[in-house]
Amino acid sequence: MQPFTKVSGTAAPLPQGNVDTDVIMPKQFLKGITREGLARGCFYDLRYDAAGNERPEFILNQPGYRQSVFLAVGPNFGCGSSREHAVWGLRQLGVRALIGSSFASIFQDNCFRNGLLPVSLTPDQARHVQAVCSDPAHNTLEVDLTAQAILLHGGARIDFDIDPLRKDDLLSGRDAIAATLQYAADIESFEREHWKAQPWLNPLLRVP
Amino acid sequence: MMNAPAAKPATLYEKIVEAHTIRELDATHVLLYVDRHVLNEYTSPQAFAGLRQAGRRVSRPEASLGVVDHVNPTAPLRSRLVPDPQAARQVDYFEENCREFGIECFGILDPRQGIEHVVVPEQGIALPGMVIACGDSHTTTYGAFGVLGFGVGTSEVEHVLATQTLVYERLKNMRIVVRGSLPLGVTAKDIVMSVIRRLGAAGATGYAVEFDGPTVGALDLAGRMTLCNMIVEAGARGALIAPDESAFRFLHGRARAPRGAHWDRAIEHWRGLHTDPDAAFQRELQLEASQIAPLVSWGTSPEQVIGIGDRIPDPADEVDTTRRGGMSRALGYMDLQPGTPIRGIKIDRAFIGSCTNGRLEDLRDAAKILAGRRVAAGVRAMVVPGSTQVRRDAEAEGIDQVFISAGFEWRQSGCSMCLAMNDDVLESGERCASSTNRNFEGRQGRGGRTHLMSPAMVAAAALAGHIADVRDFQGER
Repeated sequence: MQPFTKVSGTAAPLPQGNVDTDVIMPKQFLKGITREGLARGCFYDLRYDAAGNERPEFILNQPGYRQSVFLAVGPNFGCGSSREHAVWGLRQLGVRALIGSSFASIFQDNCFRNGLLPVSLTPDQARHVQAVCSDPAHNTLEVDLTAQAILLHGGARIDFDIDPLRKDDLLSGRDAIAATLQYAADIESFEREHWKAQPWLNPLLRVP
Repeated sequence: MMNAPAAKPATLYEKIVEAHTIRELDATHVLLYVDRHVLNEYTSPQAFAGLRQAGRRVSRPEASLGVVDHVNPTAPLRSRLVPDPQAARQVDYFEENCREFGIECFGILDPRQGIEHVVVPEQGIALPGMVIACGDSHTTTYGAFGVLGFGVGTSEVEHVLATQTLVYERLKNMRIVVRGSLPLGVTAKDIVMSVIRRLGAAGATGYAVEFDGPTVGALDLAGRMTLCNMIVEAGARGALIAPDESAFRFLHGRARAPRGAHWDRAIEHWRGLHTDPDAAFQRELQLEASQIAPLVSWGTSPEQVIGIGDRIPDPADEVDTTRRGGMSRALGYMDLQPGTPIRGIKIDRAFIGSCTNGRLEDLRDAAKILAGRRVAAGVRAMVVPGSTQVRRDAEAEGIDQVFISAGFEWRQSGCSMCLAMNDDVLESGERCASSTNRNFEGRQGRGGRTHLMSPAMVAAAALAGHIADVRDFQGER
């Protein structure tokens, strides 16, 4: 996983609430067996019309926003389906952080697992970032995870909170499975006790 | 002499998490043991590929089950052939992966195939007190049995495969108490839709929800599964109902349920699985069932719901600007005007199925409304049983004939038009009365318009040709 420390770039406002993962990555892009090739699918119905032409009204198709590395999003972003394809697609589109007020929980976990930083601000702060970014002359900002701060155009600073464990994951880009496997002995002894207390839970004892 | 301090009163959720905690990782995270893991063909391929790439094995293949459900066709004649080459590749790769890593898999032709969340309880795999993870958000369904089930992304699927654990953040506790008797025509679907309307689409984010109260206790397990399944649309990452005698009766004798001495010990243990009387919930919600009407969604979020007697709301009346924007956008997408009565809106399609409402009880509910009647001209209606077993059971009761005589297509099982990953798709502009769980833009097909409701309400709409009140089709004829 690509670590996230400090990233600068342009941000696009996407203020509507409850943007679901079906909208972020529609069904026709879910039929692959790899993580690749999802950039085109990202926000497909919003970016392209039925004939596959760009919709000029969509923010990411507009000058000054096409290369956005941040999205300033509305509340409950990423709700609905657990499809991690939504996060893979955002990353492949070049998005490094989402700045909003709340994220759906499975989606947020998926972000942390893929080096996509979800920044949770207060609703007022989130609306402020959206407003600042609505002017393409002012939509360049910096997100510094180490300092837990966003630096807006002109130097205004917004501090944010983040789960310390997830912060470490993002900063280090570490392999979560390897990190858990250091507890392999604990897992084994837990399992033994767990199955001793509730033997019907042991899948190895299944009556054929 | 001092008495030992009593254990702190705990919720059922806290007890299950505690019983699966291998170690605390920090103040909020634990390493959580996962009893069972359910896999499907579309969220697992990259997880298996990741294992291969890292040279890792599956830690407990016997604790995982694969089920093909999302991409398979539901044409009445079952075939192993999947016409869509990409979907076919997914199914093949899934079966290959399960074989190679030693995981049991219910393929398309397996008599136990079906939607994973219908199959797992049906087989008696979900047992009270378990933790079950699956790469699908509707895994909360298993809460009906006092199982902590939750959806995870593909990276976490890989993590469970490799370690049988998850790095898990403890949730807050919410209790939803439902009292009073359900009026005629009102179902578990209407209860959960009314809860989502009250909480909003993010109202339960960060919470595990426990459903409680006499109305919940009086629901059968199918109804309880509907509640726990769909509360994820309010953002809940876990749902629980304390297991009781009716849950035990449901499980007794099922293929994978414990037997003999194990069953006796299990029951004894399960009877202790409930929230302590003084346990603290950070949020409580009370609901009076007699006040609930049959509900219909009008917009593109499951929180955008009104009673069958109501009119489409006006965004101008909404003070919250984000919410108002969402309402306006939804009205445009749904091609609806504020003030229009929801009842009477013409439909093109009717769909009964999904992990929310594709069980035998749901089909029976719809069949009661359809018996001796015909679907309105111009409406294409289909029923997709939640599992192959549900289909067989329905056929044994003659329910298939009720659907067929009414003009419904009687299809094979799968997720089908709930998310339209297979060839069951709405055309752009088509309006569908649907017993599913999500009315998102494009969910059932690009430009398709979904109205969520109970299976009986879908049946009523199919007969009327427009959104209708199921109570007009009940009782004396």
